Amino acid sequence: MRLIYEKSQTGRRASSLPRHDLPVPELPAGLRRSYPPRLPELAEPELVRHFSELASRTFGIDTGFYPLGSCTMKHNPRVNERLVNLPGFRDLHPLQEESGSQGALELMWRLQEILIELSGLDVCSLQPAAGSQGELTGLMLMRAYFADRGEERDTVITADTAHGTNPASVTMAGYKLQKVGTDARGNLDLDDLRAKVNERTAGLMLTNPSTLGLFDESIEDVAGIFHDAGALLYYDGANLNAVCGISRPGDMGFDIVHINLHKTFSQPHGGGGPGGGPIVVRDRLEPFLPVPAVVRDGERFRLDFDRPKSIGKVRGFTGPFGVFVRSYAYIRAYGPALRLMSEVAVLNANYLLARLKGAYELPFDRLCMHEFVLSARKLKREHGASALDVAKRLMDYGFHPPTIYFPLIVPEALMIEPTETEPKETLDAFVDAMLAIAREAAEQPELLQEAPHDRPVRRLDEVKAARRAVVRYGFEEHPDLSQEPSEPRALEVQKGA
Amino acid sequence: MRFLSLTERDRAAMLEAVGVGSIDELFADIPESLRLGRELALEPALSEPELVAHLEELAGRNVHTGRELSFLGAGMYDHYVPAIVDAVLARGEFLTAYTPYQPEMSQGVLQAIFEYQTAICELTGMDVSNASGYDGTTVAADACSMARYATGRSKVALCETVNPQVRQVVKTYAPGFGLEVVEIPHRGGVTDAGDARSAAEDAACLIFQQPNFFGCLEPAPELASAATDAGALAVAHVDPVSLGVLEAPGRYGCALAIGEGQGAGNSLSFGGPHYGFLAARSSLIRRMPGRIIGETTDVNGERGYVLTLQTREQHIRREKATSNITTNQTLLALAGLVHLSWLGPQGLREVGESCMALVEYAKERLGLPLLFSEQTTFKEFAVRVGRNAEEVMQAAREQGVHPGYPLGRDYEGLEDALLVCVTEKRTPAEIDRLAEVLAACV
Repeated sequence: MRLIYEKSQTGRRASSLPRHDLPVPELPAGLRRSYPPRLPELAEPELVRHFSELASRTFGIDTGFYPLGSCTMKHNPRVNERLVNLPGFRDLHPLQEESGSQGALELMWRLQEILIELSGLDVCSLQPAAGSQGELTGLMLMRAYFADRGEERDTVITADTAHGTNPASVTMAGYKLQKVGTDARGNLDLDDLRAKVNERTAGLMLTNPSTLGLFDESIEDVAGIFHDAGALLYYDGANLNAVCGISRPGDMGFDIVHINLHKTFSQPHGGGGPGGGPIVVRDRLEPFLPVPAVVRDGERFRLDFDRPKSIGKVRGFTGPFGVFVRSYAYIRAYGPALRLMSEVAVLNANYLLARLKGAYELPFDRLCMHEFVLSARKLKREHGASALDVAKRLMDYGFHPPTIYFPLIVPEALMIEPTETEPKETLDAFVDAMLAIAREAAEQPELLQEAPHDRPVRRLDEVKAARRAVVRYGFEEHPDLSQEPSEPRALEVQKGA
Repeated sequence: MRFLSLTERDRAAMLEAVGVGSIDELFADIPESLRLGRELALEPALSEPELVAHLEELAGRNVHTGRELSFLGAGMYDHYVPAIVDAVLARGEFLTAYTPYQPEMSQGVLQAIFEYQTAICELTGMDVSNASGYDGTTVAADACSMARYATGRSKVALCETVNPQVRQVVKTYAPGFGLEVVEIPHRGGVTDAGDARSAAEDAACLIFQQPNFFGCLEPAPELASAATDAGALAVAHVDPVSLGVLEAPGRYGCALAIGEGQGAGNSLSFGGPHYGFLAARSSLIRRMPGRIIGETTDVNGERGYVLTLQTREQHIRREKATSNITTNQTLLALAGLVHLSWLGPQGLREVGESCMALVEYAKERLGLPLLFSEQTTFKEFAVRVGRNAEEVMQAAREQGVHPGYPLGRDYEGLEDALLVCVTEKRTPAEIDRLAEVLAACV
């Protein structure tokens, strides 16, 4: 398919704009644009067709089953798109006076109250733009909290099953990283933990249930170890979809939690974003939260900037408001029955697990929570078909592949998260495909190794992409990479989560 | 529940397949002491019509740009968003996909972001762009981190004329990066190149904004040279809508061009979600944060697109990654691409020219003393209103006109100054109305 720039013809345009009979002032020479940017020049019909064709070459939840582990690819209700486009939300300036934004402030305040109830903690800030920014904000809170107490703590501990964002956030916040292992049941290794926690430890970052899809059975002991050392516990809310209304991070002993609104509360993932990463904390961390805070004074709502100990701002204004509208609407559609969402997510995952564990290896043989991790190690060893090959072959059956090669402690990992919004028929069809693929691996492994067979492209050469780094259209001098030898070199790296 | 499909029969069959007698047994690993053991204290569920009514009531209490004639800008702008943007973003394939980890399933979104990267490079005159950052504030923090690694220096110089929110976010991030922040005071509404040169002396980067927060045009080429001469990276925080008429930062020596994308393709939405863009010289590509899409070929030599240079990123490099960013702002960046494609080079220039022409008309019609009368402006300008600007603003709002942003909120000594924004959506008649209302309020 041609790039939009290759369809462009000088003189065409899609836009029409009001013209005023007013003089345009001259700009100083050095500041005036010296050449026009080569933006696409197409009339509206071809513009629409271009983006329609791109859409048709993209697979979303609306297209089909998308069991990308740890990403919680659930249905996105269409009414939320209508709501976010109400002019009172869509066309509201973030610097509008409080008297002119009471409805928006009330919505945010209500969402904060809901997230406080769901997390079992005390105070919420909606500001962080995504889960990873929630993590960073939480670590900044730790730093401010300990600085305020005059304590010097320089290390944060993460699990070896952690998302890459955890260690990356630790570095960005200026902390040293220490890793703790996983025991034979898939829980944190308590002996390893006890040996590593000391007076230099600022805290722990943990996902619970973990990225293995397992609830850490010793979480109370874990919390005790950190709290006894005066350290804090951070809850990575990536997997909150498993336990809403069932068990709360605050009750587990966590002091700071971020919630991924785009996972648990159905903000559409948008091809990579936007997300939302509100954080909820215990009272003693409140003074350090980002400004402004959204607070209620009687019947009025306002922004409170008077927080002298605040870490400051982590993004513009009060956060991704459109995301709040959708997530608030999603939660209000469930009401107290939100627990049902998690129950069905866990049932769907366990059903898939029960039906698949005969054909694929299960490294930790327990009931799972909302997702589980299988290993294709045996298929690879016996038939030369890797997790990547299984993933690519699933495309031929019309499914988006699961997350692969993550978590890192499971070789040839296939991380599967069906979510609660899938019907049993879809789960059964997916099981049939996975079982068929396991058989194919034994009988015709090349069917897997050469997959996919009917997507717009075959396997792409990722090594060439990284080496040549062609990251924009080159117009008249655009390179023709097809003239260079190409191999199906997909990097065996984490794809998903 | 309308988002769930399992029937009672399905549930029974599935529990049996799992080998448990009840849903509760699936949660056996959670210690009893950690179970909530009560219903969530949430308000009752709402049907779809009830939900719409409830949110319409909340939305109805907001004074949006359709209900009040607004000259409020200060970082978020009421530019026209064409219908084609709504149409493309409503496509479920774009809306409900996630990060294109599996390129064969995602060629459409990958190609779209490759096209977005190209558009950003064209606007800014840079070699490479990432696939988006959170917003115009966080990309500034990203630029500081890149500059720290590129130069080994541990200070950033920030012009006081940069949007206050951008400066606040940079200051929040800086301690974690091991960076100290120094701010350069303005002289008469813009930054003095000599001041910039001194501040950049041992700095990793100099960040200036063009047009700056006051709406004034900085002597951008001189500031970029001041930074470069001092061995610091020149970072321009630019308004994408201005780049049809204003010079590309790549043409005057900047190492990085960053900015808030909202004005190009995104509604105001009370401050988000929007997209931040980050573009750089090719020598900095391996220090860039976030997703980057690259071109390659498949086994048949067919052109295709993939996430590339992933060894920069958290899912591979973990604690050594250039950033922790994962979820970005792809859908909003896609809106940016659609909007810029709708405008084309000619449309973008016309929008810029309309803003400038209307601003000059407004300066003349308002007849108020300009705060920085020596400076050239783009789509915003500051006036002195003779008394507390907050009071003037409130009085004007009572007449149904939001006249702009009181600068005293961020700048000491400017309590009587109002920052007025005029986009291409405003008309001469609306500006006349502003003039009339302000004349009665000042």
